Amino acid sequence: MIKTDILIIGAGPTGLFTVFEAGLLKLKCHLIDALPQPGGQCSEIYPKKPIYDIPAYPEILAGDLTDKLLEQCKQFEPGFTLGERAETIDKQDDGSFIVTTNKGTKHQAPVVAIAGGLGSFEPRKPIIDNIADYEDKGIEYIIKDPEFYRGKKVIIAGGGDSALDWSIFLSDVASEVTLIHRRNEFRGHLDSVEKVQELKNAGKIELITPAEVVGVDGQGKIESIVVKHGANTFKKACDHFVPLFGLSPKLGPIADWGLEIEKNAIKVNNALDYQTNIPGIFAIGDVNTYPGKLKLILCGFHEATLMCQAAYQIINPGKRYVLKYTTVAGVDGFDGTRKEAPKQVVKAID
Amino acid sequence: MEQDINIKITDRDGVTHEVLAPTDMAMNLMEVVRSYELAPEGTIGICGGMAMCASCQCYVLSDTILPEMQDDEEAMLSEAFYVKDNSRLGCQIQITPEMEGLEVELAPES
Repeated sequence: MIKTDILIIGAGPTGLFTVFEAGLLKLKCHLIDALPQPGGQCSEIYPKKPIYDIPAYPEILAGDLTDKLLEQCKQFEPGFTLGERAETIDKQDDGSFIVTTNKGTKHQAPVVAIAGGLGSFEPRKPIIDNIADYEDKGIEYIIKDPEFYRGKKVIIAGGGDSALDWSIFLSDVASEVTLIHRRNEFRGHLDSVEKVQELKNAGKIELITPAEVVGVDGQGKIESIVVKHGANTFKKACDHFVPLFGLSPKLGPIADWGLEIEKNAIKVNNALDYQTNIPGIFAIGDVNTYPGKLKLILCGFHEATLMCQAAYQIINPGKRYVLKYTTVAGVDGFDGTRKEAPKQVVKAID
Repeated sequence: MEQDINIKITDRDGVTHEVLAPTDMAMNLMEVVRSYELAPEGTIGICGGMAMCASCQCYVLSDTILPEMQDDEEAMLSEAFYVKDNSRLGCQIQITPEMEGLEVELAPES
């Protein structure tokens, strides 16, 4: 069981900044995220896009913002459960919550802060009638362990970076790699596109474009797919079919936690502390809604800051505290580091 | 407002809405849909309008002349589902006075 003060669901910008604000109040945080890396949408969807409305940054790339936030909260030693989706929440007799992920990892905390953005990222599945029958029976939407494909015939569909990158990687692992895309053009990085071209010329990747996978077939597990290539439709044998059409956020299991939901977001008390209808559970950043809500990173930062003050009161009932400025008090990390402003020079003038 | 144009938007439930869209606020079609709440929040404009998610895909029903499709929009549509010949990404269609009478239908959520 992982125990912490504030359990944060979602490791996007709002979740990461919560770690810093909580740290100033000597509260420890642990973050759960369905993605394998922190940063949320900023790292998953648009790491190379500039953001222009982060205060004091006239321009910053979304990926760089993530790096800066990680650097800023590092001394507060956040814990991470990555690549796992928060699935269930159970309130305990002592008022704390136990959150369990889809992989069974359990976390306990007196305060839960949902900073889940638009939800957890789920793979976008192609529209093929019986595709669900073969999920985990030869059809995978995410490649977790490339070794799983060693010596196998693998067919990948998609036209973005992940389709290109995995085709390249698996060309050395699988016995056969076929990449199928609806167009001749690919959306990935130029060097990935060139590498696939090279591997195609060397006979290590079979490229079928412009084409589409329109059917899947097999007895108990996938054995072949149906490819529509121009006017031709044909079957192609395979051991695995991996459609890589990107990820789309879904509110997912959080929607069943008994929280008041409005417009696909969690209703909170914005006049006070962004608490939900369940005391002890807060919702901050893009995942919440209240009159006048704006889904902006900077608003998430503000909400995280106020939420931490309320979390402090729950965790330390009755314990006095006043807001301190970092310029005055410095920052004491949980790792033993201390940051502080240099002392003012006091020297007499003769 | 004199800068406004009339657009017909058929939502995902098949209901057609006639709306006024400003042409002087640098709005795109996806944003017009959101401003009138014609699709639930979180199901449209997920990437914010960067042609990176296809959640604002729509079918253009009128013969209105629209800005030509750029590479990123075309590439995104080539990975999207339910794509038809008249598919466009709403976020890539900036509203201009020339689009008076535009008619579109939102593509299913995917």
